[in-house]
Amino acid sequence: MRKVAIYGKGGIGKSTTTQNTVAGLVELGRKVMVVGCDPKADSTRLLLGGLAQKSVLDTLREEGEDVELDDIRKAGYGGTWCVESGGPEPGVGCAGRGIITSINMLESLGAYEESEGLDYAFYDVLGDVVCGGFAMPIRDGKAEEIYIVVSGEMMAMYAANNISKGIMKFAQSGSVRLGGLICNSRAVDNEEQMISEFAKKLGTHMIYFVPRNNDVQRAEINRKTVIEWDPAVAQADVYRGLAKAIDENTNFVIPKPMEIEELEKLLMDYGLMN
Amino acid sequence: MATATKKKLVQWGPAEVKSALLEKYPPKVARKRAKQIMINEALQNDTPELTANVRTIPGIITMRGCTYAGCKGVIMGPTRDIVNLVHGPIGCSFYAWLTRRNQTDAGPDGENYMNYCFSTDMQEQDIIFGGEKKLAAAIQEAYDLFHPKSIAVFATCPVGLIGDDIHTVAKNMKEKFGDCNVYAFSCEGYKGVSQSAGHHIANNQVFRHLVGLNDEVKPGKYKINLLGEYNIGGDGFEIDRIFKKCGITCISTFSGNSTYAQFVSSHTADLNAVMCHRSINYVADMMETKYGIPWVKVNFIGAKATAKSLRKIAAYFGEKELIDQVEAVIAEEMPEVEAALAGITPRTEGKTAMMFVGGSRAHHYKELFDELKMKTISAGYEFGHQDDYEGRQVLPNIKLDADSRNIEELEVEADEARYRPRKSEQEFAALDQDGYKFKEYDGLAVDMDKGTLIIDDLNQYEAEKLVELMKPDIFCAGIKEKYSIQKLGVPMKQLHSYDSGGPYAGFQGAVNFYKEIDRLVNSKVWSYMKAPWQKNPQLSASYNWE
Repeated sequence: MRKVAIYGKGGIGKSTTTQNTVAGLVELGRKVMVVGCDPKADSTRLLLGGLAQKSVLDTLREEGEDVELDDIRKAGYGGTWCVESGGPEPGVGCAGRGIITSINMLESLGAYEESEGLDYAFYDVLGDVVCGGFAMPIRDGKAEEIYIVVSGEMMAMYAANNISKGIMKFAQSGSVRLGGLICNSRAVDNEEQMISEFAKKLGTHMIYFVPRNNDVQRAEINRKTVIEWDPAVAQADVYRGLAKAIDENTNFVIPKPMEIEELEKLLMDYGLMN
Repeated sequence: MATATKKKLVQWGPAEVKSALLEKYPPKVARKRAKQIMINEALQNDTPELTANVRTIPGIITMRGCTYAGCKGVIMGPTRDIVNLVHGPIGCSFYAWLTRRNQTDAGPDGENYMNYCFSTDMQEQDIIFGGEKKLAAAIQEAYDLFHPKSIAVFATCPVGLIGDDIHTVAKNMKEKFGDCNVYAFSCEGYKGVSQSAGHHIANNQVFRHLVGLNDEVKPGKYKINLLGEYNIGGDGFEIDRIFKKCGITCISTFSGNSTYAQFVSSHTADLNAVMCHRSINYVADMMETKYGIPWVKVNFIGAKATAKSLRKIAAYFGEKELIDQVEAVIAEEMPEVEAALAGITPRTEGKTAMMFVGGSRAHHYKELFDELKMKTISAGYEFGHQDDYEGRQVLPNIKLDADSRNIEELEVEADEARYRPRKSEQEFAALDQDGYKFKEYDGLAVDMDKGTLIIDDLNQYEAEKLVELMKPDIFCAGIKEKYSIQKLGVPMKQLHSYDSGGPYAGFQGAVNFYKEIDRLVNSKVWSYMKAPWQKNPQLSASYNWE
């Protein structure tokens, strides 16, 4: 089983990209579990066709210790398993601790056992690596490959660089590696070349360029992945391509985060190129 | 085994002892510790500078406690009719539950919650989802069960990390109840460098939420507050006995055997007598600014010190009736003290003591050892500040570091309605003429002999080394040090909780202490005791691949 975590700046499209890609993997015949690590519990909405799921932490709170795997995971599109870690309402408690607890819970319930027949486990993690809890999926023994969703916007690249620092820290003592950057286009000037160059500087590659397309939004309104909503549209092929690229990926590295000056220069070089 | 059996090096000079203490440290640690170990010069106003109230160096097994211990354990713990509710995991609550031997008598109302242990018992779920609702429910439960006048909430470390807004919860519950004062202390254990930060936090909240609520004037003459007395082993009872005999009215004690009613009317007293300078001087200063109550430093540990403190209080009021009565009480109490000393000092004279305790205690107990004609060869505080060692004249020169800045400093102004100068300017001037000093504390260093060692924040390693090198006849500290010192064959007396003894304050307390120290330093038991490694040669072994 390959364990994959998706990171990136808040609002960059991690959940959307993850679920659409998972739909692509399903078409390739892969068995996938998606673990949403966001207190909002909206990482599996497109696969489940809605937000109906009860989170691990809610279940744990209501049922006490007597929790079974079927209480916390739900079957979604194409036989995917969907899990939402959940967490406190905004402004109280400790969401990071919640993620640690729920991932440990999944492990102790055997969600990752060989008998489950999984090809992939995807962790969809909220925003930046703000504290130990949000780094949980990249600790040793959890996710082994990380993909960072990024765009050509400055703050998204800053965040990607910062996440690379987190990965580097854990990679030095464990097996986690960076698998590549997924460019979720915001139609910035020279975006594809800039992110390719940025990836090269980090020591990795841009695994796929996802062009901006309103069909993604249309599918979301229908609570579906693009592939499920309309398998024939061009964007469906894009996610199929990304799924295939991840499935065939062999490029796993310990990233080399850039200095801020260097990153700024990259932005200047590409942003002012025309 | 012929190694260091009896390295009795009393003849070592203090400089040699100091360098022996530092010898094994890495250079950087040695440099820092060197500033906290002072060879005393016993100079008034000009002692060498001693570093205090700074972070303990990581890796050192310190004798200090945490901020929560200082706030909940020390200051609020001895109060009997306030429900002290700990918001946090159960361990923090259990270890603050009557472990300090604060005594109380439940009084005519019988209201006493000190023997209860109140905690929200936070679980992992409360950490994740926040503990505010659980806290509100716990406050409600305590209120429904006991209907106390007041509920105090104490934050432990995790509460600060997850950001529970305990002050808002307390405020809402107070408004809801109407007849129960609820307030909270942000005294997370990790704040500050020692329990001292917790004292300050407690002082602030007591001043903000309790002092000044009841203006009703209590009957009695010569009204004082006794600040910084915690009724360990019944000390407060002995002091109360003496006050009654002298005709002094104690409006409020902060906080030995205290009640909510005492705190809220403490601003009606005419003098604050400060015992433990370190833990309570903040509230004394604030009460002076806001209400006009002057404060003096007193010490009721030691018979002579007790007499001196009583005379100081009497001189403040300046009335013959009180002065005469105080003299009569001293004259009545002293013969018993002197008789006890006459019997005991031949056996204690010339013996040596070490004390590492408190932020004022080491200084106070030196009085009792002086009366026993014993020499205090080394002493220090766990959480004292520079002024507790060198006197309050160094206050303007103390640099506030980041750790101290983190603790709130209340801005206090004179209360328009309640500020009342306790004496006229002429009266204050006359007292000053007679050499009467307010707000004065000279610290430990002037009272220690020249050439003795004053050590701040002593640790496990240095304590053992000191005992090994200087072989004191008795070592005084707290429970954490007790057994490691006794294993070295030296009698150990706890001066936090008094083991199972006390009271040691006042006149009768002094007699108790003389007897206890006589029993300890003259016991033959230590010389009879041999550890297995002293009787038999040490086992030696080698690795089988050698």
